Amino acid sequence: MGHFMITLNINGEEKSVAVAPDTPLLWVLRDTLQLTGTKYGCGMSLCGACTVHMDGQAVRSCSTPVSAAAGAKVITIEGVGEGVTGKAVQQAWQGLDVVQCGYCQSGQIMSAVALLDGNRTPTDADIDQAMGGNLCRCATYVRIRAAIHDAARSLA
Amino acid sequence: MTRPIENHSRRRFLKGAAGLTLAIYFPWSFAQNAAKREAPAATFEPNAFLRIGEDNAVTVIAKHLEMGQGTYTGLATIVAEELDADWSQVRVESAPADASRYNNLNWGPMQGTGGSSAIANSWEQLRQAGAAARAMLVAAAVQRWQVPADSITVAEGVLRHTASGRQASFGELARAAAEQPVPEQVRLKKPSDFKLIGQRLARKDSAEKTNGSAIYTQDIHLPDMLTAVVAHPPRFGAMVASYDAEPALAIDGVVEVVAIPTGVAVLARDTWTAKRGRDALRVEWNESAALRLSSARAFEQFRALAETPGNVAREEGDSEAALGSAARTLEAEYDFPYLAHAAMEPMNCVIRLNGEGCDTWFGAQMQTHDQAVLAELFGLEPEQVRIHTLYAGGSFGRRASKGGDYILETAHIVKAIDGRAPVKLVWLREDDMQGGNYRPMFHHRLRAGLDAQGQLVAWQHRLVGQSVAAGSPFEGAIQNGIDATSVEGAANLPYAIPNMRVDLHTPGDIGVPVQWWRAVGSTHTAFSTECFIDELAQAAGQDPVAWRLAMLEAHPRHAGVLKLVAEKAGWSQPLESGKNGERRGRGVAVHEAFGSFVAQVAEVTVESDGRYRVDRVVCAVDCGIVVNPDVVLAQVEGGVGFALSAAMNEAITFTDGNVDQSNFHDYSPLRIADMPRVELHIVPSTAAPTGIGEPPVAPLAPAVVNALAAATGKRVRRLPIGQQLSG
Ligand code: FES
Ligand code: FES
Repeated sequence: MGHFMITLNINGEEKSVAVAPDTPLLWVLRDTLQLTGTKYGCGMSLCGACTVHMDGQAVRSCSTPVSAAAGAKVITIEGVGEGVTGKAVQQAWQGLDVVQCGYCQSGQIMSAVALLDGNRTPTDADIDQAMGGNLCRCATYVRIRAAIHDAARSLA
Repeated sequence: MTRPIENHSRRRFLKGAAGLTLAIYFPWSFAQNAAKREAPAATFEPNAFLRIGEDNAVTVIAKHLEMGQGTYTGLATIVAEELDADWSQVRVESAPADASRYNNLNWGPMQGTGGSSAIANSWEQLRQAGAAARAMLVAAAVQRWQVPADSITVAEGVLRHTASGRQASFGELARAAAEQPVPEQVRLKKPSDFKLIGQRLARKDSAEKTNGSAIYTQDIHLPDMLTAVVAHPPRFGAMVASYDAEPALAIDGVVEVVAIPTGVAVLARDTWTAKRGRDALRVEWNESAALRLSSARAFEQFRALAETPGNVAREEGDSEAALGSAARTLEAEYDFPYLAHAAMEPMNCVIRLNGEGCDTWFGAQMQTHDQAVLAELFGLEPEQVRIHTLYAGGSFGRRASKGGDYILETAHIVKAIDGRAPVKLVWLREDDMQGGNYRPMFHHRLRAGLDAQGQLVAWQHRLVGQSVAAGSPFEGAIQNGIDATSVEGAANLPYAIPNMRVDLHTPGDIGVPVQWWRAVGSTHTAFSTECFIDELAQAAGQDPVAWRLAMLEAHPRHAGVLKLVAEKAGWSQPLESGKNGERRGRGVAVHEAFGSFVAQVAEVTVESDGRYRVDRVVCAVDCGIVVNPDVVLAQVEGGVGFALSAAMNEAITFTDGNVDQSNFHDYSPLRIADMPRVELHIVPSTAAPTGIGEPPVAPLAPAVVNALAAATGKRVRRLPIGQQLSG
């Protein structure tokens, strides 16, 4: 497939990239735009490491063709802290020292922010539901759960 | 390609028949010169482990890989404690690969991270380093203020002379401190004077790992760098017979296709194009020497082997005779599958050749070994291989690669293109899952005898499984046919049993590459021994905790954690019952690994259809002095989750030589809904610290399976548990 110019809106900035339109958004972010905070883990929507927001919804960028992102507002881990929820979640994450290896955590945070944007008082069951697609091989789940509750409290 | 430097040939790696073994002599002067060259003049760099700048920053040089276990934070705490630094002024930097300064003292002349040894081997070394720097800062203040040394106090990064009201920060004294002689002897603090050690200090890597700025190997971009994705053979032992590169080269952005010993590599400017090129390649494989293993048949062979005596790892009394005269005997067999490490960041490596050798970027876990492997391939001296150790997105033992598999693969690609461009090798998840170096499959057979009073009088434990030490730099662990890492946790069973025999078969011709996996031998020995002990306690009509304690009189640290966990878990009170149709159970296990002692009580709920969940895990740990209790807790939480993941679901299986699993749909790590509550209780200690990364993994599976047995009466003896309770 040939390369086309596609204009993306990433973290509030317009970016034009020349890539094949079926290239997953993940690789455009990472390799073309060098926004490497978004991670590759599986390439098959199985792990959540690549989670970003498109118009406020959490999506797996490994399985989202870049063409589908044209015209959408894309937020990545590099930009999520500009928002109220993102900032609260990052602070809660740091307050509890959630991270271990950290590789999954961009995706965890993006999923957590999307959850809290839609539900300011999530229950444990809500968290299991919303975070079920995000693997953490270091198993930081106890703290992920606690940090989401902390962030919810700070946003209340 | 560069020519090797003459004169450094003292450092040599001998290729032995069984693999790479280390025989190293260290050119100390080379390392010291290198250190001098690197030190900026205005900075105080009293030793290899820290640097204080005039900007008042204290930079701790970490010789160990940060792969999530919190070692950067722990190592920095030890330095900061003796230095009396303020935690906020401390930052951490990765040490270069240089075994003359940064060897793991537990490993001898080799730099690397593993065996839960980072804090243990660094403890004295970093206390000395911090104390020496502090003494030099004090000496500088003495000189500047002309007051006696004992009238100066140091706290939170500030030196003070109270009588005159003078004070100075580390940064203000850095330049003067650098002029002071390095003290030959320093006094270390008494543990009762510790201010930072034992506190919950914030992790040093939290901020950059929550805002996306932390750099992993996967994130490295170098000018002109090419990204490589490799077509690997479908079976271990297969080789490239022929390939057609045209369909790959036809893809816009594919730069080159090269054959390497482990497959065919496609190089492109970006990862996705390289992957598309790899997928488009047509490769014919020569499978004449390929693996044809099937897991089911391998287990049959292991079981047949277990019928015959193996190499004896421990022999006390006459277990055969004691079994013959026992009032009651029990026997059990346990099966363990291959396991993948499945770190969230798949294996990857960046290598760039330059005029003076090569630069490499990756989550290096055995720097000295990796230097040797790369030096040999490139015809360099090991010190010409510069390793920039980056954060690793998990390892669990995988990045301490025997033979350097993925590192060497990167080097072969660089070599195949004559070093024209830097190369980043990216293993996609499937490459990683099917890339081998697994926790070996094992079969255990245990027999035991109880006398008429219910005392355990005979114990026989036979293990069958591949050696992980074979072909590694740790081959010395193999003595008289016994790989110590195969029988750790079994040969040193702590229980007082008068007649014991532990023996081992090590089938050598399996053809599946195996490697250490978080907690190594204890991943299977803790399970078989602690499940069988539990079964025996039940047969003897005894309480599982009391029965163990009665046999642990000579092992007070095992007994200590066991008593503590029983008390905190409320072992003597009945477990709260479940809702309608739910059965609940509680199980216990205790195990020593890497010098640390861990006991766990797991509480489970089993539904009427056999589905189960682990509700709560209470853990007691004795790992000596605790540097950071919150990091210990994190490792316990993570270790519990990692071990539960394997116990519930994980298996790498083979069908006719093919790995049956490829990605997270068929090799499925624990997700958040299955994570239990975790409680930690630490035994206070003044003993030197031991490790915490691996030990909490060991007792989890037996505690859970014992709990499931308590709930259902069914003893699971084959891991993973999977659907076995639903039948
Ligand atoms: S990389 Fe996208 S879900 Fe795993
Ligand atoms: S922190 Fe390591 S995978 Fe989540």
